[in-house]
Amino acid sequence: MSTRKLFAVLAIAVVFGSATAFAQSAGLGKPIAESDIKQWDIAILPDGSNLPPGSGTPAQGAKIFAEKCSACHGEAAKGGVAPYYPSLVGGQPLTNGIDTVKTIANYYAYATTIFDYTRRAMPYNMPRSLSDDEVYALTAYILSLNKLIGDNDVMDAKTLPQVKMPNRDNFIMPYPDRL
Amino acid sequence: MGKWSRRRGAPSLDDVGLDFVAGNGLINRRTLLGGGIAIAGAVGAGATATGAGAGAEPLVAAPWSREFGQITPALQSPSPFEKNVVRALSNPSGEFRNSHARTPHQLINGTVTPNSLHFSINHCGIPNIDPAQHKLVIHGKVRQPLEFTLETLSRYPLVTRMAFVECAGNSAGMFAKEPLQSTAGLLHGLVSNSEWTGVPLSVLLDEAGIDPTAKWLVAEGADAQMLDRSVPVKKAYDDALVAIYQNGEHLMPGNGYPMRLLLPGYQGNMNVKFLRRIKVVDQPAYSYFETKNYSQILPGGKTWRFHFVMEVKSFITHPSFGLNLGEPGLYAISGVAYSGTGRISKVMVSADGGKSWGEAALQGPIHEKAFTRFVMPWRWDGQPAVLQSRAYDDGGNVQPLRADFVAMRGEAANPVTTPLAFPNQHYNSLTSWAVDGKGEIKHVYA
Repeated sequence: MSTRKLFAVLAIAVVFGSATAFAQSAGLGKPIAESDIKQWDIAILPDGSNLPPGSGTPAQGAKIFAEKCSACHGEAAKGGVAPYYPSLVGGQPLTNGIDTVKTIANYYAYATTIFDYTRRAMPYNMPRSLSDDEVYALTAYILSLNKLIGDNDVMDAKTLPQVKMPNRDNFIMPYPDRL
Repeated sequence: MGKWSRRRGAPSLDDVGLDFVAGNGLINRRTLLGGGIAIAGAVGAGATATGAGAGAEPLVAAPWSREFGQITPALQSPSPFEKNVVRALSNPSGEFRNSHARTPHQLINGTVTPNSLHFSINHCGIPNIDPAQHKLVIHGKVRQPLEFTLETLSRYPLVTRMAFVECAGNSAGMFAKEPLQSTAGLLHGLVSNSEWTGVPLSVLLDEAGIDPTAKWLVAEGADAQMLDRSVPVKKAYDDALVAIYQNGEHLMPGNGYPMRLLLPGYQGNMNVKFLRRIKVVDQPAYSYFETKNYSQILPGGKTWRFHFVMEVKSFITHPSFGLNLGEPGLYAISGVAYSGTGRISKVMVSADGGKSWGEAALQGPIHEKAFTRFVMPWRWDGQPAVLQSRAYDDGGNVQPLRADFVAMRGEAANPVTTPLAFPNQHYNSLTSWAVDGKGEIKHVYA
């Protein structure tokens, strides 16, 4: 590095007052505290990371489902309500064909996905209006309808990631080099 | 190539001087592209008029030439005569569910999809985002979480590139056992191509100080369901952009206004629209969409996940279903080719259902992971023909023949009655258009 270039880098470092300057950072992003992102930070990871406190049972979920979900997903989540709202229970074996309808029971790799998507996107007409306890209860209800947990099992941040989904080990990663 | 191969001996010039390169009337790609090979005679094979005064009406001034026209508007829109050039809708009556709009490829040309015709899929409607209020945060495994606005992103040295965006479910109707009689737009309209302008995602991640051990990002939109997808950090540092312009203007609402992730060559759904958050994490989230819709069932029941790349593909847009031929004579076979793994290196065209192939002309410049238009002059002799295109990319990938593709990926077990259905995803095999003796075009498997 020439003396002049070195001087320029040092000058930038002084202005920005941090090591980022050495990576030629623009410094246009406004720092924000992780605690101020909490409300937005809704993504749940399959190991249970970021699951909130709270809990729910299938029985509690059945009540909430009848009130807030069955209008679209049908009684006991059997589906069939026009237009296109899916059943949340059962599923055909994937060996039936490449166009087999993918369901929670025959496809999902992790139960955390049910919690994440229910909290994120449901009810369709009022997303993120459910409390965390309600989402745990609904997740427990759907899992119990699919016989993936017992009727009295409590779902919370500890138990939910431990639910073993039947299709988990059936996945092939065609291009691991892309990860 | 057989008897049509020029390498075997004399060029196969016919009686009007056309240089045929493959069966059923395919003509050397350099013909009629300007500055190239001169043609010895007329190209029409039908009873076209020649010489003076044969059949043409005397010319008169048109009515629009005799009156003052419309005053130039601030924002122009297509001619009223183009009113049929619109996207095909999956939810035209506005039911309370998802809605798709497909690009009418058979009605447009070139390589850039007009913004008004870019395909769009919205699972919970299109949010009406105030750009002055919208924020993008980058956080998680970073040294310093950061917040960006459209205004701050606009201050970076912006990067511009061409890129196609293709829904993984594009061409899903091609998994039907019987060919659907549908236009190129209905079958393949969930791919479009634009010039995108934005900030390299790597610049923003570096500014936040990404943890070098982090392998994944969770990208999330500001729509009603906050659609999120896991993206490998590797892709972010390869060629990802946070795009804020599309063909020179800010993004269309249905394409992610005011900012979207652009992952050239990757499943459309991963190019998260209305981008509001990127969280750097150590494992994929298995979000709803990567868990379900954008993961495929294979024959035998195994399942594919994290496929990501939209592979080398092409389809003929002209002529195609709905664009029947008139009189025999010269036509141009034209379409689009693209690959999520590189640049298009070659497109071969057949007019006899794959028995013989001729190399099409590619319209340059050829961009990586973007549409390349191919053109092949063709003299239709009025006899049945089956038109196909097959694309190759510079990574050595070839668009698979249908038999090979079906052997690997299968066909739908249940009848598929509409091109709007998604029996499976990631179809990149050939499309075949059969022309009958009257010039009518059907979709066939060949």
